[in-house]
Amino acid sequence: MPEKIDYDAKIPNNVNLSEDRRLQRALEGWQPRFLNWWGEMGPTLETHDVYLRTAISVGREGWAHFDHVHVPDYRWGIFLAERDRDRRIAFGEHRGEPVWQQVPGEYRADLQRLIVIQGDTEPASVEQQKLLGLTAPSLYDLRNLFQVNVEEGRHLWAMVYLLHAYFGREGRDEAEGLLLRNSGSPDTPRILGAFNEETADWLAFYMFTYFTDRDGKYQLGTLKESSFDPLSRTCEFMLKEEAHHMFVGTTGVDRVVTRSAELISEHDTLDIAAHGGIPLDIIQKYLNFHYSVSLDLFGSETSTNAANYYTAGLKGRWLETRRKDDHQLTDESALLPKPRTDGTWEEREMQAILLLNLDLRREYIADCETGVKRWNRILADHDISFRFALPHPGFNRDVGINSGHHVTPDGSIVDEATWLAGEPRWLPTAEDLAFVRSLMHPVYERGKIASWVAPPRQGINGKPFDYEYVHLV
Amino acid sequence: MAPEAVSFDRHPDSYRHWRLRVDGPIAWLDLDVDSGGGIRPGYELKLNSYDLGVDIELYDATQRLRFSHPEVRAVVVGSAKDKVFCAGANIRMLAASPHEWKVNFCKFTNETRNGFEDASEHSGQTYLAAVNGTCAGGGYEIALACEKILLVDDNSSTVALPEVPLLGVLPGTGGLTRVVDKRHVRKDRADVFATRPDGVKGRTAVEWGLVDEIVPRRDFAETVRERALEAARASARPEGATGIDLPPLDRTVTEDGLRYQNVSARFDRGTGVATITVLGPRDPSDPRETGAASWLLALTRELDDLILRLRTNEPGLGTWLLCSEGEADAVRAHEDLVLHADHWLCNEIVHYYKRVLKRLDVTSRSLVALIEPGSCFTGVLLELALACDRQYMLDGPPIDDEASEDRASLVLTEANFGTFPMGNGLSRLDSRFYGDPGQVEKLRAEIGRPLSPSDADELGMVTMAPDDLDWEDEIRIALEGRASLSPDALTGMEANHRFVGPETIETKIFGRLSAWQNWIFTRPNASGEEGALRRYGTGQKAVFDRKRV
Repeated sequence: MPEKIDYDAKIPNNVNLSEDRRLQRALEGWQPRFLNWWGEMGPTLETHDVYLRTAISVGREGWAHFDHVHVPDYRWGIFLAERDRDRRIAFGEHRGEPVWQQVPGEYRADLQRLIVIQGDTEPASVEQQKLLGLTAPSLYDLRNLFQVNVEEGRHLWAMVYLLHAYFGREGRDEAEGLLLRNSGSPDTPRILGAFNEETADWLAFYMFTYFTDRDGKYQLGTLKESSFDPLSRTCEFMLKEEAHHMFVGTTGVDRVVTRSAELISEHDTLDIAAHGGIPLDIIQKYLNFHYSVSLDLFGSETSTNAANYYTAGLKGRWLETRRKDDHQLTDESALLPKPRTDGTWEEREMQAILLLNLDLRREYIADCETGVKRWNRILADHDISFRFALPHPGFNRDVGINSGHHVTPDGSIVDEATWLAGEPRWLPTAEDLAFVRSLMHPVYERGKIASWVAPPRQGINGKPFDYEYVHLV
Repeated sequence: MAPEAVSFDRHPDSYRHWRLRVDGPIAWLDLDVDSGGGIRPGYELKLNSYDLGVDIELYDATQRLRFSHPEVRAVVVGSAKDKVFCAGANIRMLAASPHEWKVNFCKFTNETRNGFEDASEHSGQTYLAAVNGTCAGGGYEIALACEKILLVDDNSSTVALPEVPLLGVLPGTGGLTRVVDKRHVRKDRADVFATRPDGVKGRTAVEWGLVDEIVPRRDFAETVRERALEAARASARPEGATGIDLPPLDRTVTEDGLRYQNVSARFDRGTGVATITVLGPRDPSDPRETGAASWLLALTRELDDLILRLRTNEPGLGTWLLCSEGEADAVRAHEDLVLHADHWLCNEIVHYYKRVLKRLDVTSRSLVALIEPGSCFTGVLLELALACDRQYMLDGPPIDDEASEDRASLVLTEANFGTFPMGNGLSRLDSRFYGDPGQVEKLRAEIGRPLSPSDADELGMVTMAPDDLDWEDEIRIALEGRASLSPDALTGMEANHRFVGPETIETKIFGRLSAWQNWIFTRPNASGEEGALRRYGTGQKAVFDRKRV
């Protein structure tokens, strides 16, 4: 017999879970498996409790509740943003029709695939970050790691809810499959490459939450436009939580850069490794790596799948409703920068609808630039002339039109020998990684922090930095 | 204005195009097309050429010969017109018809031709063709469906399949297949024959095997009679039996459906779904006593009519849901009565039901069986579910009555093990478990046992057995998904999956020949502005795109 669950007490929700027998039955099978997965693949570090935010409603005010929680007892919930009863399809061939409250049979397979891919990324990052708790630079950071992890867990729940509630038996099978694949597993890896990379240190974690979670923001943003209303509303609510993950990334990199800048000023040298800081060129290499693998998540620049999803109304553009065009894109064109084998770039004019992944990637890149500006301001404030920069979108790519080419961070197309010679200057070397890892010593004393990172300007939910965010076992 | 729905109701008293005369053991069925009597306006049926209306009468005649005339042992198909037997399907009609009409017409004519052969093989009613003049295209295909072809030897009458040279299409009503497969015409000769617009006459026709016998004009009538009597003497039709009447069907037609006594269909044009519900017997009476009113015969006639009407009049209803309602035991009791009676009428009913099932098999609609509590998919009716592309069985109480104890079941009987072979010669179970005879043997042990949804699922009898919570959604999503796919691709896919295993003349005709014909019909070389079908009779030559594909 599957375990009976007291739904309203254990699973905060606004999907009428206590009345929905089908969903209950699905969850009775899935939820214990999820807890097993969390036990095996969740954070390694044991704690009594952690000061966590729990989603309890979707209202503008007070959607989150903060308290110390024993992590395995975290109340993963199911929330959809409030329904707009007049919402209409904003793009594609169904434009102007009322949005769908049910999965149209015609699009079942496509919608299921989109949800499974999105769902697969959520537990993946938990798995990637499994060991980070052992080397957290402060209790504040440790708490943030747990927060990000439980929310990735909740985002998994969000996708699983859709699979359970709208996709029948196949949906239940796919929901189980989300727990059976594991990041980096040789037999059953996660679907997307970036989610099989290791997140071995905290600088990588900050970069991941800045760059890779930001990809998540943009993907969720396109799914939020979906004509399938439950998916749209789920994503809308997920974006609220996602903002915190990016906050962890933005401020995390800020703090590393701040600390490095302080050490550079203090010792009047860029070579601060000996002083327990992370040199700026290593930070740049990390940036290069995480940015470029995150670009791969946008898929191929030209995509008939994306075009089909768009025409069908399954997945829109970033801020679709604010775009000033016909929302059909059959007559619009756009330019695709393409590397040529002779080492030059060409601009090819193509139908805009075939370049939707590129469109989304451009939005993302513009967003990423703001972080780089922030970090450069810190350097400027410390009178340091070094400047961070996003590498060229063709750099270090495994997916899309650039994948067969060697493109340097400044956008030159080079031969393999030149690439190999430059690689140690552009991407973290084994020595760089070993060095960063050597700095990763846990600091679990209240109010203390590791040498390589500055403390945050503010704590969480108005609490001070030296608040006891985590009670360790 | 939408054209009037096509009706398949006919009676010999009011045939416009055929003369049916029964003379002891021989029935004379003469084609005498009323050239102004096309079923649609816009063409003249010259030279005994035919359209759907002509063929509907022919089908009616073949049915009545089997049920109302047990004394008939040979059927002679001839022409009432001088010097022309039949010029085949009317070209203007073909050129003017939309694609689905052409294809539907071809399918129905094929089924009727197959009916000749079925009567010759299973009912002791041998068909003979008395070809008294020009016999071209579909005309020769009618002759080919007969067991014997007699050609008048007047030095001008020919048999011909001129579709390829004259029209840029195929003799698609089994013509090409029957020439080589049935009549064993050598393939090089078949090639020459089918590319000659003028056909073959006299001794060459006999030598090549295109006809069985040539007869001088003046001996023609007598020789035909002799051959018919010879065939009649070899027949096992019963002596002194009395036929039954086939009264008009009791049918109510509304905007949203069709209702008969034992079958009803509800249309949902929005989703393109027709839900067909078959009722089990309320009164399992003996057909020997109640004739056309007895359950299986009445049901079969109604189902036949329903299939034909939906195919012809409702091309947009792309998915048919098949449901049943009634008592499994009653179905079985009636079935036992019919199957084991050893009576000519019961034999006819079994073969008729077999042909209607075959009609379903070759129907280009997605067929989905819904097996729910209160249904009676037992034996003969289980064949309907097995004919479907998918079977969904509800594993739980009826959807509208959660408290009910009622559960769906299905029951195998002997009838599922070869009584109603498909066009490929296999039973539907053998087709379903093709290459796995062990599974069919295993099922034989289950005869008579009501199989629960989980039994049925485990035994491979159903595609899926969702419970009551999933049921409506699974069905809805399956149907919507289906409706979104290309109907042409589905037609091709379904026809492919339905006919596994060996090729027969029937599978070749429906699977290959009609697939090719469908394709050719849409090609510019046939139906384009300058295509052969359009240019035929204009004095202009067709312009062909010479690229072979």
